[in-house]
Amino acid sequence: MPKVQIKHLTKIFGKKQKAALKMVKENKSKNEIFEKTGSTVGVYDINLEVNEGEIFVIMGLSGSGKSTLIRLLNRLIEPTSGQIILDGKDITHYNKKEMLDIRRKKMSMVFQNFALFPHRTILENTEYGLEIQGVPAAERKARAEKALENSKLISFKDQYPSQLSGGMQQRVGLSRALTNDPDILLMDEAFSALDPLVRHEMQDELLDLQQNVQKTIIFITHDLNEALRLGDRIAIMKDGQLQQIGTGEEILTNPANDYVENFVEDVDRSKVLNAESIMFPGLTVNVDSDGPNVALHRMQEEEVSGLVAVDAKRRFAGYITSDNAVKARRENLSLRDVMSDMPTVKPDTLVADIMTIIYDAHTPVAVVDDDMKLHGIIIRGAVIEALAQTEGDGQENA
Amino acid sequence: MPSLFSIAKLPLSQWVSDGVNWLTQNWSGFFNAIQSAGQTFMDTMTNFLSAIPQPIFIIALALIAWLTTPKRYGLPTLIVLGLALIANQGLWSDLMQTITLVLTSSIVSLVIGIPLGIWTSKSQKAYAVVKPILDFMQTMPAFVYLIPAVAFFGIGMVPGTFSSVIFALPPVVNFTYLGLKQVPESLVEAADSFGSTTWQKLVKLELPSAKPSIIAGSKQTIMLALSMVVTASMIGAPGLGRGVLSAVQHADVGAGFVNGIALVILAIIIDRFVQKMNTDPVTTPKLPKWRKIAA
Repeated sequence: MPKVQIKHLTKIFGKKQKAALKMVKENKSKNEIFEKTGSTVGVYDINLEVNEGEIFVIMGLSGSGKSTLIRLLNRLIEPTSGQIILDGKDITHYNKKEMLDIRRKKMSMVFQNFALFPHRTILENTEYGLEIQGVPAAERKARAEKALENSKLISFKDQYPSQLSGGMQQRVGLSRALTNDPDILLMDEAFSALDPLVRHEMQDELLDLQQNVQKTIIFITHDLNEALRLGDRIAIMKDGQLQQIGTGEEILTNPANDYVENFVEDVDRSKVLNAESIMFPGLTVNVDSDGPNVALHRMQEEEVSGLVAVDAKRRFAGYITSDNAVKARRENLSLRDVMSDMPTVKPDTLVADIMTIIYDAHTPVAVVDDDMKLHGIIIRGAVIEALAQTEGDGQENA
Repeated sequence: MPSLFSIAKLPLSQWVSDGVNWLTQNWSGFFNAIQSAGQTFMDTMTNFLSAIPQPIFIIALALIAWLTTPKRYGLPTLIVLGLALIANQGLWSDLMQTITLVLTSSIVSLVIGIPLGIWTSKSQKAYAVVKPILDFMQTMPAFVYLIPAVAFFGIGMVPGTFSSVIFALPPVVNFTYLGLKQVPESLVEAADSFGSTTWQKLVKLELPSAKPSIIAGSKQTIMLALSMVVTASMIGAPGLGRGVLSAVQHADVGAGFVNGIALVILAIIIDRFVQKMNTDPVTTPKLPKWRKIAA
């Protein structure tokens, strides 16, 4: 069962909702609808599922409805129609008291501008969620201090938010959200206000944190690189409507429409694509059973100058060049004796990291897993092609 | 077409007089109860304040000022010198009566004004109704309030307090309203997102955030109440104001100045005490400096 399910969720701001709804069904643009009806389409007919323990990123430019969508989840904004289902229970019509309970126990939110209370110390800010639940002072203090310890902020607990840097304030924001021990973290552009270095650091911390606590995280961003870095899955929004949902790689390699394609054009692919997505099935020779003649014959047939050497269990062993195969035949050696080294990478190694390896290598690079099983090979041309794909498209258009 | 000027003069003043008369006649029990309760309360307060020996009163007040802000000697010095001067001029009992009048009007104004400010900030309709009434109260010359005050409560402290409250109420309502309206939307949203009830939001976020504004408004209200002391003395409110009024009537510059300076000293002392409530927690030294990191 998915942790969160959203069905046909629609939010229209303004008075002439019916007219606006009719126009949006006719595929009219947001501006056109606003001019005619004075109503704004926040989000329209969103359907998605978020699984337990995943980081689900909702991405879009400003005005795409992503911030509205996340506020619909804890009903800070009331939906016009549709359903929000949490743990299989429809919370769309929960009354005020039931909703308070959901916000207190199930979902906590982290804000773009931190939204720390300026008149409260860091510790008092962190305690806030427990305080309003009526948790006794000693217990909430202990829990808040533990959360601050985890984020290495404990020594600042008696300071006020304005005395901390942006990055630290957001760590407090995150600690405050985690102190409640919610199932779901709603992060609204949580890192967008931070400078790039700190943002990168915070992304790492969030990923580390996720390894340890396994929350369901719904993360809003307008930054595609951030989305690709954090998201197990990504939803792309435009004008209040979903364009595509998928893993970062699915979105990059198979954009659903022109909008998504344009969107992903500028992304730094080398930091998203990994070895697995650019490798070829490698031509192999079994060094335990085959001899030099088999190897040379295969090279001739496939018009290549080298083969990956594997053992009988198809585990990676090394590399056989044509020169070495000839040498083995002449001197009557086994293939194992003439094997040369070949650099290896893991299937999930990023292209950015493969580049440095492949430029120094005289052979292709082997992709092997932890058991040394060969998955494929990467040649220099494939790396360049993967990186050049977007730029090539751009030039055609220009 | 009949000219606008051909309409007979509207008996507006008659209407207002009739209204006040009606209130005086039909609500006399109510007004009498307030009059006697208020008079008893304020007499008790004046008697209590007057019973404190002058040196003890002065030293105790200076000590409180010194304890609440250590290492600042300005206010304690002012209290000692200023109050000693008032005592020296033989105005001590007038001062006690004025303090009673000012404190009572201020407290009544704040007790009515702050909740009214909260209510108007939460309800558009309440604001639409209350705002013009406040503007009216603020711009109507203060002397006008003296007339119904006498009709309702006779002369003395209670009608003085009544007219002072009407005159002094608007700033604290307006500033409370403004302070609450200026709480950043994002903070309100954060409080909501953690599941705060309306009451929790008000007590834990909005009022603390609006505190500087509310205190600024309270200060203005208290100062207006103080300035009303002279006006209220026209309907028999005792105290320093009466001294000023009599000095005016006798064109006695010296007496006018002495009573006036006593009021000024009282105003400064009250102002500084209220200001103390408005300390910024961030800049108030509580922690060693090395633990403060640059933002």
